[in-house]
This record gives sequence, structure tokens and C-alpha cells, in this order.
Amino acid sequence: MMNKRSEFDVEINDTKGTPFIDNAKISARNVEVFYEKKQAIFNTSIDIGKNQIVAMIGPSGCGKSTFLRCLNRMNDTIQSCQIRGEIKLDNEDIYARQQDPVLLRARVGMVFQKPNPFSKSIYDNVAYGAKLHGLTSNQVELDDLVEKSLMRAGLFNEVKDDLHKPGTGLSGGQQQRLCIARTIAIDPEVILMDEPTSALDPIATAVIEELMIELSKKYTIVIVTHSMQQAARVSQRTAYFHMGHLIEVNDTNTVFTNPEHQLTENYITGRFG
Amino acid sequence: MSFSVTVIVLFALLLLGYFVGRKRSIYVSKNNTKPLHSLPQYYGYLVALWSCLPALLVLLVWTALNSSVISSMTISYFPEQVQQLSKDDLSLLVNEIINLSESKEVLQDSMKQAVVSKYLHLVELSQQLKVGVVFILAFVGMFIGFRLIKPHTRARNLVEKLVRWTMVACASIAVLTTIGIVFSVVFEAHQFFKSVSISEFVFGAHWSPQGAIREGQVGGSGSFGALPLFVGTLLISFIALLIAVPLGLMSAIYLSEYATDKFRAFAKPMLEILAGIPTVVYGFFAALTVAPFIRDMGESLGLQPASESALAAGIVMGVMIIPFVSSLSDDIICAVPQAMRDGSYAMGATKSETIRQVIIPAALPGIVGGVLLAASRAIGETMIVVMAAGLFANLTLNPLQAVTTVTVQIVTLLTGDQEFDSPKTLAAFALGLGLFLTTLLLNTISLYMVRKYREQYE
Ligand SMILES: Nc1ncnc2c1ncn2[C@@H]1O[C@H](COP(=O)(O)OP(=O)(O)OP(=O)(O)O)[C@@H](O)[C@H]1O
Ligand SMILES: [Mg+2]
Repeated sequence: MMNKRSEFDVEINDTKGTPFIDNAKISARNVEVFYEKKQAIFNTSIDIGKNQIVAMIGPSGCGKSTFLRCLNRMNDTIQSCQIRGEIKLDNEDIYARQQDPVLLRARVGMVFQKPNPFSKSIYDNVAYGAKLHGLTSNQVELDDLVEKSLMRAGLFNEVKDDLHKPGTGLSGGQQQRLCIARTIAIDPEVILMDEPTSALDPIATAVIEELMIELSKKYTIVIVTHSMQQAARVSQRTAYFHMGHLIEVNDTNTVFTNPEHQLTENYITGRFG
Repeated sequence: MSFSVTVIVLFALLLLGYFVGRKRSIYVSKNNTKPLHSLPQYYGYLVALWSCLPALLVLLVWTALNSSVISSMTISYFPEQVQQLSKDDLSLLVNEIINLSESKEVLQDSMKQAVVSKYLHLVELSQQLKVGVVFILAFVGMFIGFRLIKPHTRARNLVEKLVRWTMVACASIAVLTTIGIVFSVVFEAHQFFKSVSISEFVFGAHWSPQGAIREGQVGGSGSFGALPLFVGTLLISFIALLIAVPLGLMSAIYLSEYATDKFRAFAKPMLEILAGIPTVVYGFFAALTVAPFIRDMGESLGLQPASESALAAGIVMGVMIIPFVSSLSDDIICAVPQAMRDGSYAMGATKSETIRQVIIPAALPGIVGGVLLAASRAIGETMIVVMAAGLFANLTLNPLQAVTTVTVQIVTLLTGDQEFDSPKTLAAFALGLGLFLTTLLLNTISLYMVRKYREQYE
């Protein structure tokens, strides 16, 4: 049934599956990203549904992080990075001139691939965004928010006695959860998570996955992951990237049981490259 | 053979030892079933060090002790009755002999002539012996090193151990120098405090050391209240930091966060030039431009400023030390990882919020370091103060008055002819000690603050 074809025989100009859906929170159209002259994302169009979890998978270096960073304009901070195309959040073009990226990022939170806590105390790390945006009106509320956020990220029990110790002194996995707590504390509408559980043990991973499922009742989540089991467990839709091209988007079930594209099939069966 | 030639020859032996050792070890390892413990170059180093180090050490010690040993031997050549003289007279006599021996004239005084010729003989002998001993040691060392090239010799470990001890020696030279300076200053200051009480020195409000040398004059005893000097130093340094810290920090933030790479590459060296301008140039700038300007400004505001003022010196000094703050802070701010900035932006922070709340706290220890460096420069600065703030010790906190500083007074105390043990001269050491303790205190306080801060956030 499967004839062996090398990946370059395959037509990769069109995205297979169902990239477009109704009721989209974010819709990206014909997005292309360049670093200097090097193109990192080719003509990518995808809808991300409201209250859904969309998983992005693909081999290392295929542009998942780059595409994710387009969604909250984090690529603006990289001088050499150029973006073409259109990305709409709630039908508003986020790259329109009148858009303020600062306000946008408060609505579209992000957890980075590498944990990057501030050189502040654990408490201040989590309280940072709330203080910035005036989300709480007094100390008690702030304490509450910090505790709740750490609790939801599954970190509170480990650090509850050391809230005023530096966040950079935590272990890698603890830092990763600290960054998740910090992001959910500002209550964003969309959360972008770049390999949020790459440094976590199975139990902590389960806590975060549960958190994602719970959050998706209210929010929209995009997650980049290298674990296909994780994508299968938490996401409703899955997008497969390959060398800067969006190859296939479909219901997670469909992608894993009945992929349309040869490259997708190669990847999920562990036969890519 | 002179000292430098000996050293050059020793260096040549070192190179020779290295190559011989390496060659030999390669040869040994080829003709041996058991492999050598270390790589060939380590045996090279081993032989080189053996052939050079012992000889060099002996050379240094010999050279250091040479003149004192020879002088004491020279004394023994004098006739009995001369040797009864006091120590000072004897050393004067020896000096005379040394001077005479250099002039090479034939002397009338037959006793001295005899001693001079004996002295010359002694110098000659010592020189020849030294060279002989050093080279014998060098060759013996090389031979020992050569014999050490065997499979079981752990050459790498030996060499590394030696390298470590060399580093310890280098570090201790720096530490010992510091300790030596401190002790000599403390000792001289102790002499000074025999004639002037510590409390008078520290809390006395009147400084006029000149009186001390005009003995018999009315009010002839000098007064050594150093309080005005220390207040003056701190006042001027404070004004300088008041200028330099905000300006330096702001320019560092601009350069590292806002400026384009091209502008930064041009502006940073320009700023650093400020620190390279000789302080005399700043001094006349302060005296001829800034001081009159401040006087005119003050007068137009209805104040009565002195023609020389702490403010003028402080402002110019502040400009001088801007680069210490800006350049160091800029480096440190640039070293804050981009990921930390990204984290802040992703939380919806603006650029200025990110700088204030994430970058500056992360860079603070380095920034404090820069400020500290600037402060010690300001406290030690002399020339600008002489030219722009005056010499008159005036206990005041008014920046429009003329004041003087500790360093300036040290200079005035020690210029011109002085008796070494007069209180006036010794006062300079007491001032030096005070200055040293002040900077030590400042350093300790700020290091403590940095450490405390670090413990909190890192
Ligand atoms: N700041 C940058 N400057 C230049 N090129 C970049 C930059 N960031 C990423 N790239 C390039 O863009 C391409 C996609 O990188 P990206 O980080 O998006 O990959 P990824 O899919 O997230 O990989 P991984 O799974 O390893 O995280 C890579 O070829 C990379 O070299
Ligand atoms: Mg990535």
C-alpha cells in the first residue's frame, strides 16, 4: 500500500486537510517569515478555533516556534525578522498599523521553549504581569492570584515556603512551570505554549496537560510539542509543519489515524527524513 | 655578565630544555614497552622548568641580597676604631666608599683607598660567583629533568602542580604589596598620632599644618583637624556622582537598548575618550570656564559664591567619570539575556517597563560595580580640585564655597623641602590612612548591598 517515495517527490505547496474552520479565534493567511534573506515559513494559512487546543508538530527546525511567535508579534523583537501575510485575532489584523503589540501580548500570552524566569523572586515573577496591568487592587488579592497561579501550574507545593527566593534558582522543570504560572496569571485570551513540558517528569506533565484542558474551556491554546502522545491527549486539531511548510491540518484523530499527506504519515510513524 | 644577559641565557636554556625534553621523551616512548605517563610536551616543560627555575630563583635572591651583604662585609674592612662609630655614621661611610669606587680616582687617604680596592674586589668576586653558581645550577637542573624522563614520571601532574604554585605566587605578590603599603602607612601614621591625638585629627575642624614649621611664631603650633578635608572630599565626590550616575546610566541604557548598532559602535568609544583626557586639561577647563560661570550665575541669583567652588570641581569631575558608569553598565546591560527581555515583552510589558523592572534589577550588581569604580576615581582625584576648588580647608557643606580635599592636602604637605619626621610630613600618612579607610568602608558597604541584593534575586 505504501510505496517508498522520497520526501521531495511530494507536492508541498498546498496544505492538506481542513485548515479553515468556522468560529476561528485566530486566522492566519498566506504568512511568510524571513530571517534576513532566509525564508523560515512559506505561505501558511490556518485557522485556530475558539476554545480549542491546536497542537503543532514537526521535525526540529521546521519553523514551529517561528510561526508561534508571529501570533503575538514576538518576532518584532528580532531585527532581522520580516513577516508577510495577514494574521487576524477576533477578526482584527494584529499587524495593522494602529495595533499596539504591547496590548496584543497582554491578550496573547506565551510560554517559551526555554524557561526564562526574571531575576526576581518566585513571587515577583508571578506577580509581574498582574502588577503591570493593574489586575489586582490590593496585596491580599495579589497574594491570592500568585498562589492560585502557582497552584494551577502544579508548583505551589514545592515552593510555598520559598516564595521570596530567586526564580532563577529553581530547577529547569520548576522554572518551566513558573513561566506557565506567570503567563496564566495575566489571564490571556490565547495562550501560546512552546514545548511547555519538555523538561517535566510524567507527573508534572500530567498536571500541565490537565491545566491546558481546563484552560481551553475559557481560552484558546496553541501548543508546540515533540510528543505525539501529548498532541493526541490534549489537542482537538493538529498541524504538521515540515521545512517551513504547513503540510497538513486536521482533527487530531484524523491526523494520527488517517493522515492525508505522505510526509505526515512518515513523521507520525517515525519514518521521516 | 650583567643581570639581563644572565636572564637571556637562562631563557635560551629554557627553550633548549623544552626541546631536549620533548625529543628525549619521544625517543624513550619509542624504545619502551611501557607507554609514558604524559604527552611529550609535558616532559619538555618539565626539563625546561628544572633547568630554569632553580637557577632563576638563586639569581633573584642573590641579586636582592647582594648590596646589603657587601656593605656589611665592607664595614668589617674598616679599622677597629672606625667600627666603633654609630650605625648612621657607618652607613654614611659605606656610601662614601661606594661613591668613591665609582669615580676610580686614586685617593690620598690610604685607609679609604684600601677599603675601596677591597670593596671593588668583593663586587667583582660576587659577580663571578653568582654567574658561576647560576649556570651550574641550570645545567644540574637540566640533567635532573632529563633523568626524570621515565614512563612512571607523572610529568603532567608535576607541571600542573608547579603552574598552580606559580599562580599562587603571583597572587600573593599582589596581596603582599597591598599589605606592605598598608603597614607602612599605618606605621607612619602611628608616628604622627604620637604628636597629634586621634580625636583631634578626626574631629578637629581646623586644618592649618603650615604653622607647625614656623616655630617660635605666635600661634606657632599647627593644627591638624582633618574633618574639613574629609567633608570636602565627600562633598565634591558626591556632586560628581550626582552628575555621573544619572548621565552615565541613562546613556548606558540608551546605548544598549535604543541605539542602533551603528550609532553604538561610534558613540561608545567617543564616551570612553572622556576618561582618557588628562585631568590637568579638565582642571583648567574647570578653573577657567566652569568656575567663573558658576560664580556669575550665583551672583545673578543674589548669592555670594566664591570664585573657586566645590560645585565647579564636582561638575567637571562628574563629567570625567561618566564613562566609568556608562561603559561598564552598558556592557552589563547588554549581557542580560535576550530571553529575559522576551519574557517580559510576552507578558505585555512596554520597553521602558522591561528596562526598569527586569533589565536594571538583573544588571544591578554590575552597575553598582561601575558606580563604585567611578566613586573611587572621584575620591582619589587631585588635579581638578587643586585648580577649581582651592586649597583652603573650609568646613562647609555649601557647594558654592571653596573647599579642599584629602588628596590635595597630601600633595601640598609633601611638595617642597621637609623634614621627614616633622608632624607636617607625617600628617600626609595619616591622611592617606584615613582615605584608605574611607574607600574601604565605601567598598564594603556597596559589596554588602550587592550581595544582599543578589541573594534575593538571582
Ligand atoms: N533568530 C533567528 N535568526 C535567524 N534564523 C532563525 C532565528 N530563529 C530561528 N531561525 C531559523 O528558522 C528556522 C525555524 O526555526 P524554529 O525555531 O522556528 O524551529 P522549531 O520548529 O521551533 O524547531 P525546534 O523544534 O528545534 O524548536 C530554523 O532553520 C532556524 O535556523
Ligand atoms: Mg522551537
